[in-house]
Amino acid sequence: MAHTAMKLVLVGNGMAGIRTLEELLKLAPDLYDITVFGEEPHPNYNRILLSPVLAGEQTVDEIVLNSRAWYAEHGITLHTGKRVVKIDRARRQVEADDGTRADYDRLLIATGSKPFILPVPGADLPGVVGFRDIADVEAMLAAAASYQHAVVIGGGLLGLEAANGLIKQGMAVTVVHLAPWLMERQLDEPAARLMQKNLEAKGMKFLLQKQTAELVAGASGRVAAIKFKDGDSLPADLVVMAAGIRPNTALAESASLYCNRGIAVTDTLQTVTDARIYALGECANHRGIAYGLVAPLFEQARVCANHLAELGYGRYSGSVTSTKLKVTGIDLFSAGDFVGGEGTDAITYADPIAGVYKKLVLKDDKLVGAVLYGDTVDGTWYFQLLREGRALSDLRDHLMFGQDHCGNLGHQGQNRAAAMTDEMEVCGCNGVCKGDIVKAIKNHGLFTLEDVRKHTKASASCGSCTGLVEQILMATVGGDYSATPKDKAMCGCTDHTHLEVRAAIRDQHLTGIPEAMAFLDWRTPNGCPSCRPALNYYLLSSWPGEAVDDPQSRFINERAHANIQKDGTFSVVPRMWGGITTPAELIKIATVAEKYAVPTVKVTGGQRIDLLGIKKADLPAIWRDLDMPSGHAYGKAMRTVKTCVGNEWCRFGTQASMAMGIKLEKALYKMWAPHKVKLAVSGCPRNCAEVAIKDVGIIGVDSGWEIYVAGNGGIKTEVAQFLIKVKTDEDVLEYSGAFLQLYREEAIYLERTVHYVARVGLDYVKQKILDDADYRRELYQRLLFALQVEQDPWLERVQGKDAHEFKPLQSAAVMAVA
Amino acid sequence: MSNWIHVGHLTDIPAQGARVVEHDGRRIALFRTAEDEVYALLDRCPHKGGPLSQGIVCGKRVTCPMHNWSIELADGQAIAPDVGQAHTLAVKVEADAIYIEAA
Ligand code: SRM
Ligand SMILES: Cc1cc2nc3c(=O)[nH]c(=O)nc-3n(C[C@H](O)[C@H](O)[C@H](O)COP(=O)(O)OP(=O)(O)OC[C@H]3O[C@@H](n4cnc5c(N)ncnc54)[C@H](O)[C@@H]3O)c2cc1C
Ligand code: SF4
Ligand code: FES
Repeated sequence: MAHTAMKLVLVGNGMAGIRTLEELLKLAPDLYDITVFGEEPHPNYNRILLSPVLAGEQTVDEIVLNSRAWYAEHGITLHTGKRVVKIDRARRQVEADDGTRADYDRLLIATGSKPFILPVPGADLPGVVGFRDIADVEAMLAAAASYQHAVVIGGGLLGLEAANGLIKQGMAVTVVHLAPWLMERQLDEPAARLMQKNLEAKGMKFLLQKQTAELVAGASGRVAAIKFKDGDSLPADLVVMAAGIRPNTALAESASLYCNRGIAVTDTLQTVTDARIYALGECANHRGIAYGLVAPLFEQARVCANHLAELGYGRYSGSVTSTKLKVTGIDLFSAGDFVGGEGTDAITYADPIAGVYKKLVLKDDKLVGAVLYGDTVDGTWYFQLLREGRALSDLRDHLMFGQDHCGNLGHQGQNRAAAMTDEMEVCGCNGVCKGDIVKAIKNHGLFTLEDVRKHTKASASCGSCTGLVEQILMATVGGDYSATPKDKAMCGCTDHTHLEVRAAIRDQHLTGIPEAMAFLDWRTPNGCPSCRPALNYYLLSSWPGEAVDDPQSRFINERAHANIQKDGTFSVVPRMWGGITTPAELIKIATVAEKYAVPTVKVTGGQRIDLLGIKKADLPAIWRDLDMPSGHAYGKAMRTVKTCVGNEWCRFGTQASMAMGIKLEKALYKMWAPHKVKLAVSGCPRNCAEVAIKDVGIIGVDSGWEIYVAGNGGIKTEVAQFLIKVKTDEDVLEYSGAFLQLYREEAIYLERTVHYVARVGLDYVKQKILDDADYRRELYQRLLFALQVEQDPWLERVQGKDAHEFKPLQSAAVMAVA
Repeated sequence: MSNWIHVGHLTDIPAQGARVVEHDGRRIALFRTAEDEVYALLDRCPHKGGPLSQGIVCGKRVTCPMHNWSIELADGQAIAPDVGQAHTLAVKVEADAIYIEAA
């Protein structure tokens, strides 16, 4: 082919640069001839894990992220051990210290940062090192083998991890710190004091508010002592400078690219000076911030790759970061603005004896910062609340007590990843143990929850162990670098979020999957099993009667209108309105069960009967014989309306809950939704129908009906919230229907009502449904219109629709063909 | 020389869908992609034997309905990180008629 690729040169063979190339190769594998220059003699490795390497917990080989074979496989020219010393912007050429040159059409600068070396006499003596790269770690390990006394200057994240490693290597270590407490930029004083106590118990010594004056050489010319401004001094055979980092901008400055505490870049990660030149990672300054952690760099990498691939729609708008110290036995987490100030209020919890301290900072009903010490189980949860900016009024009372107190059945009693042994099971669905996860994270260099899911399947099924997996990820690599949920792409086929796709379908009047994919620049020709069902739902719910259902984009259950079982047979659950049946109906079910030798007949948790173990080919005949409507037990659809007996029989009943339940079920039973929807009606507040854990729950009281919404009794129990009290049955239908239509129109596919309401806030729902009566009626009308075009799917198939779905092909006789 | 069995026509299978044909006691899944290519695999997922014919077809892959493994239609290979291979059968389409190779 005559196509000549453009030339891309990357300066800086580190974490941000190579991550960008990985993202770019996914988007546009053939767009560029790529050349990489790295000053270090190694291929790209996981810098974060230098701390465990120093502590002797991992080896240098184990932390390599991209082997030389990876570069070769992708046709990337790799120059290691070569420092780029010149950028000729006019010629579009870079030159390395050994004279190697490379031309570029696009240049990517990712030169990271340099340790800040205190400008004191003796700073250049042998035995004085930074803590930045493999060479530094090798120097420290060599010193630990032959010397005794180490001093670490700087009591921040890096300093403490260095000190911890050196203690593990058998040195006597003193940490010298200028501020009154450790990690003052990540911790408040009480948390820092607790941590200091724990570190002292590990043998670490501290000199706080101490200013270094000079490093003094011994007889051999190597550093031998450190002197302070106040005249004190300490023996020191090794001095680690961990007093901060400075963006490495020397090269960029020499090429007259504008720098100001980092190379100034725009939201597309292009330098403000020269649009052909991109910069990201620790060397870059975006909107005044040079980030020093991996998570933001990965977000930058995604956007940068998008523009290098000439797709042109990503924007980087900054990140909120969190911190986790990687010292075994020290549990610490901090995120956001934990100091607080005007307009904020703080909730604190302190148990000095148990060594636990927690502080949550709130502003305008939102979490803006958190510090956790001693018990960091809920760190990821708080961080998620913080990034999402979720409204907290409904959670505030128990916020401090963590996610479990908001109801979580799946993993109670074993929710501390740190306390788990390697053999303990984390993911009950896929049988994945903690050790498997840790190994996968280390061996494959994983950073995000998604990576871990892909490699181990942990938390990839029901998701109830997600929190645990996140904790393990945090403990192993010091953070969960998953993209911020608020702007997470729908799937690998697109960069658009679910909400963007929904909006485009509505605003552009898109009615077909191919049309939507074309309009939204889908990357794959026909999507994936995750986006196709979502698109199908968005189209059908936005344009009822117009958009045409695509059965091939539905999961088998919804395509065959029955639940697939583990042996490939199916189950059939007919409607039993409100859980009420008749002798005639029961005889019909019994007859069918006998006729088709149904192996299991079970009463479900949803007040109806399940026929299990049915051959697919028998389904239409069974449906015909049953002559009952589909129970939609297989669909993202209206499932059951559970009822109690109510005032028709019960001595406490105040309302006719059975009749109300039947009314609701008959009105709504053909409704498809983003996820399944379950209702219940109880005849009095004793609540025998378990209204509190339903998507819509109705409780009869003497004066009318109370409506509750967004409960859930599944993976994570969530109590439904009171919406309103109404008088008549018609009101119940209208308010419930309007709520469900709002959910149908606005929720993300596979978001249950509880998650939808948590995302938008109950106040928003009230505003739409209670405060605006016109809008409520419009919503209800739209629901009725959508329901009117739906048919009972079983009846349709009895009448012959999609017959091919249920019949195997007949094979003709064998014939010989040449 | 091989023995080919006529099993149906292209139009018997929905695009991005599958049909099952039973032959010699084996369940064979026939897949049709969006581009009208046809592939034949034994209807057994290499993971735990799930019926691949019931999965969602995207590109030249099918996703097993049981636990979401993705299987390459052309060679039956599971997509990383999963490891395994479904059994594939030779198939040809002539003038819309589909033939599979007899065992
Ligand atoms: C049959 C039944 C169990 C039983 O024998 O009682 C059942 C069976 C299944 N449930 Fe359930 N659930 C059944 C009541 C429930 C209930 C109780 C209820 O509805 O009152 C719950 C908790 C309430 C809730 O949903 O809030 C429940 C929470 C789940 C969940 C977790 C949902 C969540 O949001 O956390 C799943 C997984 C999912 O949907 O992703 C699930 C998924 C499933 C699936 C569909 C698993 C699957 O994908 O194959 C099972 C299908 C079996 C089949 O083929 O019939 N089932 N499931 C119940 C059918 C009720 C019915 O008549 O339709
Ligand atoms: C010990 C340690 C522990 C850490 N722990 C954590 C943690 O727990 N969590 C976290 O989020 N972050 C942590 N970090 C920070 C994280 O490693 C960095 O944010 C990240 O590596 C920055 O990526 P980068 O690509 O910008 O820079 P780097 O990864 O430093 O890559 C820059 C590369 O460019 C090379 N280079 C520089 N100039 C030139 C030139 N002129 N020519 C050629 N090559 C050049 C450098 O040699 C270097 O290899 C830690 C860092 C260290 C050192
Ligand atoms: S029926 Fe529900 S609880 Fe029981 S195994 Fe299946 S999904 Fe789990
Ligand atoms: S049987 Fe196919 S994925 Fe498990």
